[in-house]
Amino acid sequence: MTNHWVDIKNADFILIMGGNAAEAHPCGFKWVTEAKAQRKARLAVVDPRFTRSAAVADFYAPIRPGSDIAFLGGVINYLLANDRVHHEYVKHYTNATYLVREDYGFEDGIFSGYDAGSRKYDRESWNYQIGADGYVMVDETMQNPRCVYQMMKQHYARYTPEMVERVCGTPKDAFLKVAEMIGATAAPDKVMTIMYALGWTQHTVGSQNIRAMAMIQLLLGNIGRAGGGVNALRGHANVQGITDMCLYSDVLPGYLGAPTDADTTREDYLAKRSLKPLRPNQMSYWQNFPKFHTSLMKSFYGKAATAENGFRYDWLPKKDAPYDVLHIFELMHQGKMNGFICQGFNPLAAVSCVKKVRESLAKLKYLVVIDPLATETSEFWQDYGEYNESDPAKVATEVFRLPSTCFAEETGSFTNSGRVLQWHWAAADPPGEAKGDLEIVGTLFYRLRELYQKEGGTFPDPVLNLDWSYAIPQVPQPEEVAREFNGKAIADVTDPKDPAKVLAKAGEQLATFGHLRDDGSTSSGNWLYCGAWSQAGNLMARRDTADPSGLGFYPNWGFSWPANRRILYNRANADPSGKPWDPKRKTIAWDGSKWSGYDVPDMRPDAAPEENVGPFIMHPDGVAHLFALKGLSDGPFPEHYEPFETPLAANPMHPKNPLALQNPAARIFKGDQADLGKADKYPYVATTYRLTEHQHYWTKNVLSNAIVQPSQFVELDEDLAKQKGIASGDLVKVSSQRGYVRGTAVVTRRLKPLQVDGKKVHTVGIPIHWGFVGVAKQGFLANRLTPYVGDANSQTPEYKAFLVNIEKA
Amino acid sequence: MALQSLDIKARSATTTPSPSARGEAVKVAKLIDISKCIGCKACQVACMEWNDLRDEVGDNFGVYDNPRDLTDQSWTLMRFSEVEVQAGKLEWLIRKDGCMHCADPGCLKACPSPGAIVQYANGIVDFHQENCIGCGYCITGCPFDIPRISKKDSKVYKCTLCSDRVAVGMAPACVKTCPTGAIVFGSKEDMIHHAEGRIADLKERGYQNAGLYDPAGVGGTHVMYVLQHADQPEIYAGLPKDPSISPMVALWKGITKPLASFGLGLAVLAGFFHYMTAGPNEVEDDEEEHTS
Repeated sequence: MTNHWVDIKNADFILIMGGNAAEAHPCGFKWVTEAKAQRKARLAVVDPRFTRSAAVADFYAPIRPGSDIAFLGGVINYLLANDRVHHEYVKHYTNATYLVREDYGFEDGIFSGYDAGSRKYDRESWNYQIGADGYVMVDETMQNPRCVYQMMKQHYARYTPEMVERVCGTPKDAFLKVAEMIGATAAPDKVMTIMYALGWTQHTVGSQNIRAMAMIQLLLGNIGRAGGGVNALRGHANVQGITDMCLYSDVLPGYLGAPTDADTTREDYLAKRSLKPLRPNQMSYWQNFPKFHTSLMKSFYGKAATAENGFRYDWLPKKDAPYDVLHIFELMHQGKMNGFICQGFNPLAAVSCVKKVRESLAKLKYLVVIDPLATETSEFWQDYGEYNESDPAKVATEVFRLPSTCFAEETGSFTNSGRVLQWHWAAADPPGEAKGDLEIVGTLFYRLRELYQKEGGTFPDPVLNLDWSYAIPQVPQPEEVAREFNGKAIADVTDPKDPAKVLAKAGEQLATFGHLRDDGSTSSGNWLYCGAWSQAGNLMARRDTADPSGLGFYPNWGFSWPANRRILYNRANADPSGKPWDPKRKTIAWDGSKWSGYDVPDMRPDAAPEENVGPFIMHPDGVAHLFALKGLSDGPFPEHYEPFETPLAANPMHPKNPLALQNPAARIFKGDQADLGKADKYPYVATTYRLTEHQHYWTKNVLSNAIVQPSQFVELDEDLAKQKGIASGDLVKVSSQRGYVRGTAVVTRRLKPLQVDGKKVHTVGIPIHWGFVGVAKQGFLANRLTPYVGDANSQTPEYKAFLVNIEKA
Repeated sequence: MALQSLDIKARSATTTPSPSARGEAVKVAKLIDISKCIGCKACQVACMEWNDLRDEVGDNFGVYDNPRDLTDQSWTLMRFSEVEVQAGKLEWLIRKDGCMHCADPGCLKACPSPGAIVQYANGIVDFHQENCIGCGYCITGCPFDIPRISKKDSKVYKCTLCSDRVAVGMAPACVKTCPTGAIVFGSKEDMIHHAEGRIADLKERGYQNAGLYDPAGVGGTHVMYVLQHADQPEIYAGLPKDPSISPMVALWKGITKPLASFGLGLAVLAGFFHYMTAGPNEVEDDEEEHTS
């Protein structure tokens, strides 16, 4: 979230799209009811299904799964055509006035630089025109046809309300009603928030779905403001924490881009990421990248990392390819990976195309599952009849189960969707032989290091020299790890403006990432978390309910990254002169000498408004990007492409270009192409989703959850049910090109057939929570149906839009 | 069970006067705002947890309602209704069903077993299973079809409004857990006042017939609903429009008091009432259905 959970209460209008907050985030949803009750806020829901969120909404509009960009593009067009734009905000805080290179273009659904052979774009032309002074060229009047504003206007002119209806199936009047509600918040004293989740990410255009919404919020001037922002509702209690600490291959902790094969030297690697300002006076905060990275290396390798040896940059893995989940199982499937450790991860249930994942697991030599429960993954080799057919004698994979604690049996920190780190304390002892994850990983590391010490091996240095200075090496304590990720001064840290002034003495915990250095005098395991455990102690454990703003910031409750800031980009809550757009929702303001107020300023504290320092300090140009430059792999403007399995023969936006039917930059592995189904055999759109009664594949192990939602079902509309002779309560079989599931039919008016491009399109709904392990009734993993193709940027599989057939079982 | 902090003001099949030394107690009420309810069923789980209830793991039978019906193990249940009050405008109305705690409780009036059903001074109607003879008359007497007989011990169970929690100043478990604040609890007076605010908000959002459900036919209830369409309570999974106690119960009530005071055998009476209200077999069928 750019904002945080409690802040939703400050919104005038709430849009839930690409998510179902009431269903999947019922506790956070309370802030929606607060906004409605206290501010008379309005709530609109756009979703393929009339959801639990829709049940309490003021307005609901249906949409075909996988057509969100067409809808959002329609909103952008509506805002521009009807002058529902916060002009001053757009002019000063976005790149609307910046000029785009002459060689950038978009033709028949394809952006400039496309190579069909590699399915990749050369993004060179997706850039600004740079003047002789080295800065971006701008046109303050926004009349130049190459300025971002005009380019955007031209790009989205095609997204008319009629086109929205044709692509999305959303009736034109329903679309216009939502657009009007959104547009009303262009007024400087009105703010809207957007709550989205996996309904936007799990598409082959997932990242672009979110970008389209970010553009809308920028046009309305709603980012950086109380009650506004772009708010991703994350999964379980610590998914945000996982992302921040980066258990991914692309990034190091704190979203530091990981080195690749191309980054041969530390100097090149750091220089490429230390972006210089593209406009005068801009902070371009990533210029501090070397400080964050060097401190991380010190945290990894301690004394072994010195300036002389380049802080052991040579020990860091340099990735040769993306190692997202789809690529991992592809490699496993090809027999190129022989061992796999799953920690708190149930890939057989959670990854798309169960068939492929099961085949992959069976090719491993060993599989380690660290989990409090038996999972479908740990049981993949067992025969569960139709739910999981297997001949154990034929599976050579050796499976180790290491029982771990669950959240209530652990002490540590959770980072919630609103970036707030909250310390929690173990409430119960773990059962049986279960051990905490830290102990399991600590012991594993300790034993591996012993083996390396005794036997040597390939490249033992990073293992032997890893800084592992915990009191009991096999059992690192959560407090020790928390102090480590915060970071400390190794030598005295002094003020660059006044070297006599010591900011942090050697050995002290650091108070802020502002004190991190690139000379090896500081260490920090995650710059974003720096300050969470300072000399003042564990700030994550704070539970002060004081709220001076009355806006629900609770500055002394837990610790919010970065720097305990509750709303990101909060400089943008004020006009260029430093006055809040809406004094009643002031977060910070210019007080004549500095930025002050209720939140930690996202701005250099003494940057006077006349200096024109832009609020989007992480960007080298200081402004938000309506035109994304090279930021995403599949285009600087979001464009509608059909899902990889579509009921349509052509993209209605580009009927004559088959290359533009689907996202041309989305990756698909060779073998998986054949596993995609066509509309003649699988005529219905399907989408998978969660139910309030369950949490993923865990709570089917819990009796009370199993009682309130006991067995597998699928949802379909009355029209389709009639056509197929299916009644509510009948057993039905849903098949895709990749597999089938059976469940009880729930025939409902909450799903309606939609008229899309002259064709009636039915959507079949598949809740995901069943499997073959647990106390709920056994069921089929929903991902037996889903395709093995992901978003062009994040590679998140397309769980939300694919094709199926349905029949009475 | 008797609760020291709560006087019993009415007791089934009993003529002994109720205690009155402590004066009037504050009447409590639970208010369920259907316009805020997201049907998450956290209240069902909280009820199970607090009252140590575990129903069977059943099956989906074509709707979101689960378990399928109220049982001796499920004292509250979300009932989902898909309706179009205005053509083309779908509404998914989700009503938390359970005991309404009537001010004039039909169950208590119908009960022939002394002290099996009591009404506390704060308005809560409670079943004391140790006194229950399993005759099922409370089921007939209930205008809301709430009490359920257990197959295991042939005694009748229903929501207690967490009388044990309320007696020590806590809110019922369902109220405590409700994530959206759709269920609130307090004095009946305060709840009516709270409901007025909610109704004004709903009217402002276009629900012209929004209103409070506190039916007079049963003397008002200690569980009330805010309804978006108070003129049509029956669209909320059959919430009765004008609930009242069956005239047969009133008749029984008229006879039982003198008879009981003369000390006649209950078995004879039970048979009489059984025949008068439902005939000899139908009650059994009812029981079968409720306990299946």
